[in-house]
Amino acid sequence: MCMSDLPDQNISPEHKAFLKKVKLKKISIVFTQITLLILFFVMWELAARFEIVDAFITSQPTRIVKTVINLYREGQLFHHIGITCLETIIGFILGTAFGTLIAIVLWWSEFLSKVLEPYLVILNSLPKIALGPIFIVWIGAGPATIIVIALTISLIVTILEVLNGFLAVDREKIKLVKAFGANKFQVLTKVVLPASLPNIINALKVNVGLSWVGVIVGEFLVSKAGIGYLIVYGGQVFQLDLVMTSVLILAIAAALMYQGVVYLEKVIVGKRQHKSTG
Amino acid sequence: MEYIVEIKNLGKKYQSLNGEINALENINFSIRRGDFISIVGPSGCGKSTLLSLISGLIPKTYGRVIINGRESPDVPDEIGYMLQKDQLFEWRTILENALLGLEIRKTLTKRTKEDVVQLLATYGLFEFKDKYPSQLSGGMRQRAALIRTLATKPEILLLDEAFSGLDYQTRLAVTEDIYFIIKKEGKTAILVTHDIAESISMSDRVIVLTKRPGRVKAVHEINLSCKNRTPLSSREAPEFRHYFNIIWRELDVHV
Ligand SMILES: Nc1ncnc2c1ncn2[C@@H]1O[C@H](COP(=O)(O)OP(=O)(O)OP(=O)(O)O)[C@@H](O)[C@H]1O
Ligand SMILES: [Mg+2]
Repeated sequence: MCMSDLPDQNISPEHKAFLKKVKLKKISIVFTQITLLILFFVMWELAARFEIVDAFITSQPTRIVKTVINLYREGQLFHHIGITCLETIIGFILGTAFGTLIAIVLWWSEFLSKVLEPYLVILNSLPKIALGPIFIVWIGAGPATIIVIALTISLIVTILEVLNGFLAVDREKIKLVKAFGANKFQVLTKVVLPASLPNIINALKVNVGLSWVGVIVGEFLVSKAGIGYLIVYGGQVFQLDLVMTSVLILAIAAALMYQGVVYLEKVIVGKRQHKSTG
Repeated sequence: MEYIVEIKNLGKKYQSLNGEINALENINFSIRRGDFISIVGPSGCGKSTLLSLISGLIPKTYGRVIINGRESPDVPDEIGYMLQKDQLFEWRTILENALLGLEIRKTLTKRTKEDVVQLLATYGLFEFKDKYPSQLSGGMRQRAALIRTLATKPEILLLDEAFSGLDYQTRLAVTEDIYFIIKKEGKTAILVTHDIAESISMSDRVIVLTKRPGRVKAVHEINLSCKNRTPLSSREAPEFRHYFNIIWRELDVHV
């Protein structure tokens, strides 16, 4: 009985060569990715400069930079970004928290879960955006409504995803803790929750995207502030520079937030596995 | 009190929409303290059901399960259950896994924790106590699972196909290993297995069940003429074949 397949500690020349090859491959991938991005913007700029495309409707990188600077000077830039990000983060946290909480309740009571099943299915297939105008009437045209829209979009998916994770937990693991005399609460905290943590984090990843959708759509509808508002406004006054700028900012913000969740995943899930790869 | 476990006229029927499954019928047997008992029987004859009934995990339909002279409605403290796979939680270290039962029973103190660390040390897992299960070999994982079971100081161990997840070589080594630990700790054990040779090699008695509904078909006292009996040396005993043949015939396997 010995340790299972741990790699050799002393590095052979073959292994060194292998590591080098892997590293080289990684570098060339990143390099190509960056080149593609630069190429895209350069082509865009050139196409607009030489009037191959109409910069009035396609905008162009230099104009976007100008727009960003203008927005910044007017103190608009971080105002709008801040509002949208805040709404998204709140919607995301509420969606995840309530979704997980409701999933726990449904896991606890099979009766309730059976009763609510058809409603959840219907709500899940309903395009939640259709509820937007209702929320505006009920809650008013403001950030609260936008957050509620983002919440409704991510909530049901979270509930279903997390509940499925709970139900997929190995019956034998539950039997094991029950054999120690565990009550239902202990089954939840000792087995079900930790075992489905990866599932919950997967739900988080999906939720980030959905929260952005909810917030942007909400801002379209409410049309007061935020990146979504800038996009609609820019479209209405035919300022494609503003629209393109906003979309780019959105892409960056969404990517950053997604990376945040990925990092969180590494911290939480990685903690239990990083030693096993070492 | 002579017997640690007494099963009296025990029966179990599972209810389902497709009808009733009569899993076990009129089971009677008793186990003396320190005995090692094996239960063999055809697939689906109710062996796991029997262990679940003894451990109070599922309600019985009729009959009595008396442990240390008491009948208990829930899971008795003196029972430790080992399942088919080791079921170590991959998010816990070996030590944390071993402490699971104490945590659940709310008996985790500095002292009981030290006892568990001592157990890990006695059985060669001390240096792995802060490792995760995925870093251990199959045999060591099984040993860790046994220590997790022993941590709550059970008097009776129930082993449900506890070794069937292992390859043959490891399985022989692990049965040897686990057998010694169980004997050293002076536990009473009930082993459910498909493996006739394993049942003879480890037990003082083998109980053969019929096809479903499971009933006791035969009980064999295993008396082997070998010194210093261990699971491996048992297999060398002259009587081994004899028991094997009888039980094989009783199981009446058709292909
Ligand atoms: N929860 C349950 N509900 C309904 N029927 C069940 C349930 N658990 C077991 N059974 C049925 O009861 C019978 C006995 O099952 P059990 O698992 O005890 O058999 P076993 O002897 O352990 O089988 P195996 O050798 O395959 O492990 C089987 O026919 C099984 O299908
Ligand atoms: Mg079974």
